[in-house]
Amino acid sequence: MARIIVVTSGKGGVGKTTTSAAIAMGLAKRGHKTAVIDFDVGLRNLDLILGCERRVVYDFINVINGEASLNQALIRDKNCNMLYILPASQTRDKDALTQEGVGKVLEELARDFQYVVCDSPAGIEKGANLALYFADDAFVVTNPEISSVRDSDRMLGILSSKSRRAERGEEPIKEYLLLTRYDSDRVKLGEMLSLNDVQEILSLQLLGIIPESKSVLTASNAGIPVILDEKSEAGQAYADVVARYLGEDRPHRFIDGKQGFLRRLFGGKK
Amino acid sequence: MLNTLPVLEFKSSTFFAPILILFNNDLIAVEDALRAKIDLAPEFFRDSPLIIDLRELNRQQHDIDFNQLILILRKVGFFPVGIRGGNEQQNKQAHTLSIPVDTVREQGASIIIGETQKTEINPQVSPQPVTPAVKTPANPAPVPPVIPASTLITQPIRSGQRVYATGDLIIMSQVSAGAEIMAEGNIHVYNTLRGRALAGVHGNTSARIFCFDLQAELISIAGDYKTSEDLNKQTYHGPVQIYLQDHALIIKEIT
Repeated sequence: MARIIVVTSGKGGVGKTTTSAAIAMGLAKRGHKTAVIDFDVGLRNLDLILGCERRVVYDFINVINGEASLNQALIRDKNCNMLYILPASQTRDKDALTQEGVGKVLEELARDFQYVVCDSPAGIEKGANLALYFADDAFVVTNPEISSVRDSDRMLGILSSKSRRAERGEEPIKEYLLLTRYDSDRVKLGEMLSLNDVQEILSLQLLGIIPESKSVLTASNAGIPVILDEKSEAGQAYADVVARYLGEDRPHRFIDGKQGFLRRLFGGKK
Repeated sequence: MLNTLPVLEFKSSTFFAPILILFNNDLIAVEDALRAKIDLAPEFFRDSPLIIDLRELNRQQHDIDFNQLILILRKVGFFPVGIRGGNEQQNKQAHTLSIPVDTVREQGASIIIGETQKTEINPQVSPQPVTPAVKTPANPAPVPPVIPASTLITQPIRSGQRVYATGDLIIMSQVSAGAEIMAEGNIHVYNTLRGRALAGVHGNTSARIFCFDLQAELISIAGDYKTSEDLNKQTYHGPVQIYLQDHALIIKEIT
């Protein structure tokens, strides 16, 4: 049985799809057969981040409606043969998702895969609710910024009350914090919330801090998940996240932005 | 024998179930009202467990044919799993029908509600009092003294969640901004209070709010309130208590 992970946040633009692509790739790279599903029906993006947009034939909604089989719709990643992508439909909207349909697809995936990563859309409407409903683990992606923290807090409330696990009274979804776009220089200047500020409100198990990094945008535009850019800080940070999720003990990096004296002096930023 | 795996284990857990509060002992009217409610949300009610609350009925001293009521509930698709507030006879009948009798939390039930479900978690059938078709003689069952039980919550109350307690409310975890906690009695928060806290919501002016760190958006006791704008004029270090004195909210540090 696969472990179902939802990557969620409430707020848009905080890095859910980047994170979904990175951790799915990270899990697959470590030899776990992983599927990643784009729940953002109508605003399909995950295929771009993973660089498989030219190979989309069938999508998630086709599978739900029985117009294609799961095997027809799943796209095998070109960088890693343990990673499969189930793209969203661009021509439909979230109403095309049904709880029954999503449940059936996840059940089928769970038989064959070790991890299923659900890339949630922003908001707290149907798409987001269905993305989290069947989850076992939740990666709550948060920016060090007050509105993002508030929205994540709201999402945590929904995770604990509206998931299948909550409805059945089972063990609750395991919630993890992923602090993205963290800029330790701006934190020091007091322009950005610090890790402590965020944790004071959310108090979650921290899975990792992803530093603000130019390599994220570069990787997205190139259609290569940033975790494959092993030289970049963001890529390393995501690799740490995957390792910690799998139970490895790795010290947290990028909190203080360990930069050399000269770089700090000239304000260089990677 | 060594190395034997346990056959079973007991775990404690919390479940949500709708509570049916009866105001009327006319079973025909009850059945009609139930069917009307179910028609509004058939999926929500299908095969739903149900707890029957007889407090109101017994307060009005209206007797009810309990066996008939259970038959009706099962007929329309509910699984009655408990009663509360029943008199001795009703409790005995419930026992015969293998329906548990809830006495522990009789006075202090709480619900945590994700806001869209709030109207459905506590469906009340025919809230307007209808004159009962059959008047029955007063039931001499002794009414137990009302001791409001307290509700203990250990998980964080997140933004958008609401908690209501009929007695005292004790929260061991934080209450986030955008959350709302309400109690007919006192409110204790042994952590940071950032959301809205309303104590004595049924007009109990002697209710108090206690918290470790006051950063609330709004505090209210028996309808008198202060918003964060008023609260922010002064900072409090350490735990505070809030009480009502001549219709004014007094905030005092606990030293």
